[in-house]
Amino acid sequence: MELSIRNVQKEFGGFNALHEVSLDIRSGELIALLGPSGSGKTTLLRLIAGLDFPSSGQIFFGEEDASRKSVSERNVGFVFQHYALFRHMTVADNVAFGLKIRPAATRPTRAEIKRRALELLDLVQLSGLAHRYPSQLSGGQRQRVALARALAIEPRVLLLDEPFGALDAQVRRELRRWLREIHDATGHTTVFVTHDQEEALELADRVVVMSQGRIEQVGTADQVYDNPVSPFVYGFIGDSSTLPVRVEQGDVWFEDRSIGLRAPHVPDGEATLYFRPHDVELLDGCGGCIAGTAGVSRRVAGTKRVELAIGGAGHRVEIELPVDHPAATRSRIAFRPRRWKLFPARELAAAPATPLPEPVAA
Amino acid sequence: MATFRFREPSIIPGFRLTFGFTIFYLMVIVIIPIAGLFLKTFELDWQAFYPIISGPRFLAALKLSFGASLLAAMFNAVIGVLVAWVLVRYEFPGRRALDAMVDLPFALPTAVAGISLASIYSPNGWIGSLFAPFGIKIAYTPLGIWIALVFIGLPFVVRSVQPVLQDFSKEIEEASATLGASRPQTISRVMLPALLPAILTGFSLAFARAVGEYGSVIFIAGNLPRQTEILPLLIVFRLEEFNYAAAAAIAAVMLVASFIILLAINLIQVWSQRRFGNG
Amino acid sequence: MADAALHPARPEAASAFRSPVTEPLGFRVFAIGVTVLLMALFLLLPLAAVFVEAFRFGLDKYLEVFKNPDAIGAIKLTLLVAAIAVPCNLIFGIAAAWSIAKYRFPGRAFLISLIDLPFSVSPVVAGLVYILLLGSNSAIGSWLLQDFGIRVIFAVPGVVLATIFVTFPFIARELIPLMEDQGNGDEEAAISLGASGWQAFWYVTLPNVKWALLYGVLLCNARAMGEFGAVAVLSGKLRGETVTMPLQVELFYNEYMTVAAFSLASVLAGLALVTLVVKSWLEWRYADQLATGARTH
Repeated sequence: MELSIRNVQKEFGGFNALHEVSLDIRSGELIALLGPSGSGKTTLLRLIAGLDFPSSGQIFFGEEDASRKSVSERNVGFVFQHYALFRHMTVADNVAFGLKIRPAATRPTRAEIKRRALELLDLVQLSGLAHRYPSQLSGGQRQRVALARALAIEPRVLLLDEPFGALDAQVRRELRRWLREIHDATGHTTVFVTHDQEEALELADRVVVMSQGRIEQVGTADQVYDNPVSPFVYGFIGDSSTLPVRVEQGDVWFEDRSIGLRAPHVPDGEATLYFRPHDVELLDGCGGCIAGTAGVSRRVAGTKRVELAIGGAGHRVEIELPVDHPAATRSRIAFRPRRWKLFPARELAAAPATPLPEPVAA
Repeated sequence: MATFRFREPSIIPGFRLTFGFTIFYLMVIVIIPIAGLFLKTFELDWQAFYPIISGPRFLAALKLSFGASLLAAMFNAVIGVLVAWVLVRYEFPGRRALDAMVDLPFALPTAVAGISLASIYSPNGWIGSLFAPFGIKIAYTPLGIWIALVFIGLPFVVRSVQPVLQDFSKEIEEASATLGASRPQTISRVMLPALLPAILTGFSLAFARAVGEYGSVIFIAGNLPRQTEILPLLIVFRLEEFNYAAAAAIAAVMLVASFIILLAINLIQVWSQRRFGNG
Repeated sequence: MADAALHPARPEAASAFRSPVTEPLGFRVFAIGVTVLLMALFLLLPLAAVFVEAFRFGLDKYLEVFKNPDAIGAIKLTLLVAAIAVPCNLIFGIAAAWSIAKYRFPGRAFLISLIDLPFSVSPVVAGLVYILLLGSNSAIGSWLLQDFGIRVIFAVPGVVLATIFVTFPFIARELIPLMEDQGNGDEEAAISLGASGWQAFWYVTLPNVKWALLYGVLLCNARAMGEFGAVAVLSGKLRGETVTMPLQVELFYNEYMTVAAFSLASVLAGLALVTLVVKSWLEWRYADQLATGARTH
């Protein structure tokens, strides 16, 4: 089932939770809505499900305008962060609920319902627990039941709201892999909300990065990581360092010296340089580079992070060095980013609240 | 000597004093008097006891007390859920006042409620006069007793259900809706079953209170032997005749009923705790 | 009142959208209407009737009752009984809450059930047990009467005893769940800083539970002044001696002094209203400092 969200806007008592959002989701795709809290990602998911109504705009399921349908008519599978299992029903009854409440005309027979419920429990690897109550299960098991319950109604789309948010890290990684497998096996169009970029990048076919009620970027994990289109995305996904710079006739200047980067198509003026701390080349001498005094360093996994104080104002940036690099506190280090990006300075201050700036250079 | 401790160790002082006083107080106020009642009952041998609990007057009062209480508690269970629902779920002017009003039967002395209900439902009262032309008598009939018992039992179900409904997770309702349930289905198959322990607890409390109620009932009841005479009133009559043994026997029957209801309430809570978990 | 049932508030209910977690507007209005009607019929009407009957023949007739020596005696006795019963139960409530909420010991749950007992025992039975125990033909009763000249049954001590029995749970029940929720951390901190047990109680525990304490005292007092069944059995109804206000209401009513009965009743109803108002105010203002959960009395 394809999904098409067209110019959807949502207001809560004067506050704009979503501004004119449009998004197309292909059939069978696994999409992550990624953003900090308050970015509107859960609101968008709830609008798709029909749990809330848009102030304006439309949502299409395939060719059909679903905007006017109630949630119970939309046939969506929704998985909640806190499971929302029915506590007074057994696991099997929870899974069968969506089938049991159908009107007699479309309701499968009792035996068929039971067979389907057990089959789904098998799929989520909980075969032996059919007669337990939710309170007797672990968090991870409860979330599996919730997914089986959502799948039981043969939903047109599967929507998950921070499905692993309430679980601890170990279970989370396990369920993540398992969700991917289920998705590949069943082929449902799936949208899930998360604030965990690792989860989004690892799991999703495409990631929708959201901020302040707007979509900042839509793309594959590689696209949003390697080619962020806005300062927000650069800052939100992965680690980044920034440096206030100036562009003069295609040359990038930091304070009184050129740092050896060319940006021929960028108009002159103040700008902010973005780069990844690990994506730098170390230089010996310094003719056209960024140089600074090493400050605090800390060990991060297989590398060493060093904070450099740069220029007269002592602007601080982080870069990554090999663990065996001899840099000591107060030593001078010179480097140049391998991959980087410039955003006009005025955009930065207002960046999250204004429309996307056109990406410049790189 | 093995180190046996009655309580788990704590650095907070005062256990002996407070625990000792609590037990002493309960002994004097509750345990000894109630034990005395049962001892008094045991003074009767079966030959004396049996006629008391098989006499037609006693049986009629027993049937009336328990029957009217059961019907009143059932009615209270239904409207209690409705009132709790409206108070928790809907916003309207006067909601807070209505909420406070629910506790009126707890706060209003029973004798005051009694004379007031009797005057309203007597044939020339506000409501009684509406029904009198049709030959329907409310006061001084079992119907009047039922009304008084509804009055004093109303808050129990409301106050049991209200907090549970307040804490009921919205996500559960939404989950039910996404699975295709209509609103009536969600209410009847998801929400009411979850509220059931609270409803049963409130029902039992209302029932227990109704069985023992005296003040608000006697004015409206009519108090005719075998027709509109409730058990507590029968005890009072026996006391006025100084027939303490008979009064004790009736009281013992009522106390046993109270204990059974209390036990039922506790079992409901243990059962729901075990099945639905805590929270 | 019922027409304004617009929950939840929607800025523009333009589309055919219906929130999945509420009922249609029509149903909401209907439910609110039924509720208001039922509450008016079952609760408000009896309350209103008390005042209407009391003032039926004007203010002068209403005030007459307060010159009646029996009524004055009843008011005095009611105040006296409450003044003894409430402090007794206050001390009991604090002691019981301290021992039950601050410690773990076997039989704790049973003790809590025992404290709830008066709620499910008929007041008449409560009165009866004291007659059997302390009446003049019982061992203790005759001993007290003959050796000390103390009459308990059909006398003021019996009235006090009955009142204590029916009202002792109120304060303990407010304090126990609250003190359990609050845990022992504060007291442990105070004691680790060198406070004695009494100091910890005065400076730490008491300020933490003061509103719940007030709440409990309020309910306890309302019931103490209004108790009828248990007191009726124990008092013997000696006019001017053992008759409390609710009993005097009954006596007036049975003697067809309807206005006097309702006038005196209106004082009790006023007390009930004040109790409700203060109670709601406490619940609204100090909700977080009162015990949470079901409030069933």
